[in-house]
Amino acid sequence: MSFVEYSEIIQEGDVVIIFLGHESMMPIKVQSGAQTQTRYGVIRHSSDLIGQRFGSKVTCSKGGWVYVLHPTPELWTVNLPHRTQILYTTDIANITLMLELKPGSVVCESGTGSGSLSHSILRTIAPTGHLHTVEFHAQRAEKAMQEFKEHKVSHLVTVRNQDVCKDGFGITGIADAVFLDIPSPWEAITHAKSAMKRKGGRLCSFSPCIEQVQRTCEALLDHGFEEICTLEVLLRVHDVRTVNLPLPDFGPEEGSADSSQMASDVCKEEVPNTGNTSVICRTAIPPREMAGHTGYLTFATKPRN
Amino acid sequence: MAECVNDSDAEIRISYGDYVVLKRGDVFKSVQIENKKKVIFEKQWFFLDNAVGQLYGSMFEIEAGGSLKLKAAKHSGDSLDSKEAGQDNRHIVDDGRSQKLTRDDIETLKEQGLKGQEIVQQLIDNSTTFKDKTEFAQEKYIKKKKKKYESDIKILKPSTRLLAMMYHGREPGKICHLRYDTLAQILTLGNIHAGSKIIVFETCAGLVLGSVMERMGGYGSVIQMYPGGGPTRAGMESFGFPSHFHETLHEFPLCKVNTLLAGTLDLSEKDADSQATGSGNGRSEASQETSGVSEEKNSEPQNMEVSVDPQGEMRRVEKERLREQRAQEKKVKMEEKRKKLASAAALLEGRNADGLVIASRFHPCAVLMGLLKFVAPSRPFVVYCQYREPLIECYTKLREQGGAISLRLTDSWLRHYQVLPNRTHPVLLMSGGGGYLLSGTTVAADAAKARSQHKSEEPVAKRLKLDEISSSCDISA
Repeated sequence: MSFVEYSEIIQEGDVVIIFLGHESMMPIKVQSGAQTQTRYGVIRHSSDLIGQRFGSKVTCSKGGWVYVLHPTPELWTVNLPHRTQILYTTDIANITLMLELKPGSVVCESGTGSGSLSHSILRTIAPTGHLHTVEFHAQRAEKAMQEFKEHKVSHLVTVRNQDVCKDGFGITGIADAVFLDIPSPWEAITHAKSAMKRKGGRLCSFSPCIEQVQRTCEALLDHGFEEICTLEVLLRVHDVRTVNLPLPDFGPEEGSADSSQMASDVCKEEVPNTGNTSVICRTAIPPREMAGHTGYLTFATKPRN
Repeated sequence: MAECVNDSDAEIRISYGDYVVLKRGDVFKSVQIENKKKVIFEKQWFFLDNAVGQLYGSMFEIEAGGSLKLKAAKHSGDSLDSKEAGQDNRHIVDDGRSQKLTRDDIETLKEQGLKGQEIVQQLIDNSTTFKDKTEFAQEKYIKKKKKKYESDIKILKPSTRLLAMMYHGREPGKICHLRYDTLAQILTLGNIHAGSKIIVFETCAGLVLGSVMERMGGYGSVIQMYPGGGPTRAGMESFGFPSHFHETLHEFPLCKVNTLLAGTLDLSEKDADSQATGSGNGRSEASQETSGVSEEKNSEPQNMEVSVDPQGEMRRVEKERLREQRAQEKKVKMEEKRKKLASAAALLEGRNADGLVIASRFHPCAVLMGLLKFVAPSRPFVVYCQYREPLIECYTKLREQGGAISLRLTDSWLRHYQVLPNRTHPVLLMSGGGGYLLSGTTVAADAAKARSQHKSEEPVAKRLKLDEISSSCDISA
């Protein structure tokens, strides 16, 4: 297992995602002899996990079962231990596309935070790219490095514990793309520019507030960035379900046809139900509440020097 | 500290044969650079020859005769704005006479070969109301005029970002109205990355295929499943991938999926033959062949008549040789085709693909059910459809059948913002819809379907209550 390479069989030391059902998952590190408690009973790593195929069903001690999944950056994002606010897959997807990331890209990122975006970047730029990530919080930087090692991607990433606004990214002239998720991105634009390749590159800044966007755009313009573009993407998850629409009773009609007859003319899926009639309809409904805002994404191109 | 190493200019110079993206304002066009090829873009025509040898990202202006001229780097100094400006528009009356230049005057200016910027300046100078407009209104006026008269063209290297935006802007019908943020979701939810084996079925002009290939960087393999005669790849070609990328690309006809699944796929010569005639290429080959034959027949009696002529005899021999050569060539092509089919079949037969991407105009349900069989357990799949209803059907079918978890039906909203001092707001027009996605993860197929009989003991029991309302189908999967 690695976050940048699929494998078939679960091995000692792997990180696997236990799927408990309905958006309920947990990551575990596989160690021979170890046990993990779930609400369906115990999972014994040596017998239940090691040597099993990813994607297989594992029966727990209480007779319930779970699926063991191969880790991906997307599964990690919904399972990782939060040390900060994190970026979610919808924003990450757009950042990746708009920054034109691909195998071989050299990317700068700050801050590292909980490493949600970092894992996604690493997946995309492997096996020949590199991520230079800067985190000013010593403990978080340390923790991130440890995670990258556990996830077998540490050869693709350099974590620096410094202040990006003061000290920059620790590299010059080699980055294809820069991503900023810091409170004052406008203070890091100079460093972003100098980190980027002479031939140019792409930049993205993520900010929750419009005032931050405003200042960032001004700074980008001042530093000669082009194609400055701010956008926002919202994800709607639709819940697939079957709904029952009862038909009204207008009472007996003068003449021949009754109301149920009329309804069946409109919709063929009429089902009699304890005397009354109703129409069963398969549909997808948006959630009652949804994330209405994560942050504004500002993109720009650094032209050739 | 790492310093700039291989940041040489050589790799970023435009050369003949390159696929490039032309950009004017927010409009894009993809073209291949060819010798003396006339290109029409945004109501202008020009030749790209002068761009050869220049750097990607350079700005060009069009000169008389359609030749491109490299624009001098940044003329940020040339400000068009006058210092005078009004406070509000209380005294501005729309009498249709504020512009003293007539349409003919402007045409004359253009014919004189005046630069776009100079024409804009003329328009400002001849506008009686310009100095009364507010500073913001002046800026807006200049921006609008600049867009019309300054026709600078930028030449860029193709990328998924540019091509996806181009297709969505110019020909959304060709890509099933797949918006670029939805494409971004496909690539991420599909965990597309170097070294994997991905099955792609698309009728999006090859854009989705190209974007998948870009993310794989020439590592791993892509199997394109195609309907009808052959795969569509125009969009993929526009990426201008290096040749080694093409070695990772395989193709397999959808009409042979059933025989492959049944294990009765015949890869013998004869089969390849019928395959070839079925395909677009094959047809043209065949017609070439028949036309060649008929030619032969026509010339036959002639040869008989002048058989005494040694030259005629030589010609006949020559023709015979050519025909043999052609037959040989055809045989080689056929053999190649057979090999390609065999290699794609071999990749699929393992039923261990690392991902599946579907984005087509076909009903996705049958496609998904058929192709999911080739995917290994614990791998993501993503289905795009312009409409929601077919995906609801897919969802229901998958729930019934099992073998997939974490099913999500989603769509995304994309909103652009104008960010300017004191004038920040969402852009007036936004895209109404960018299509829908059904995504999920494969799991090992349930060997004992009987398990569903005692599902009350199983962890999904709690979900059952919910599902009694939300879904009528069996969720033992």
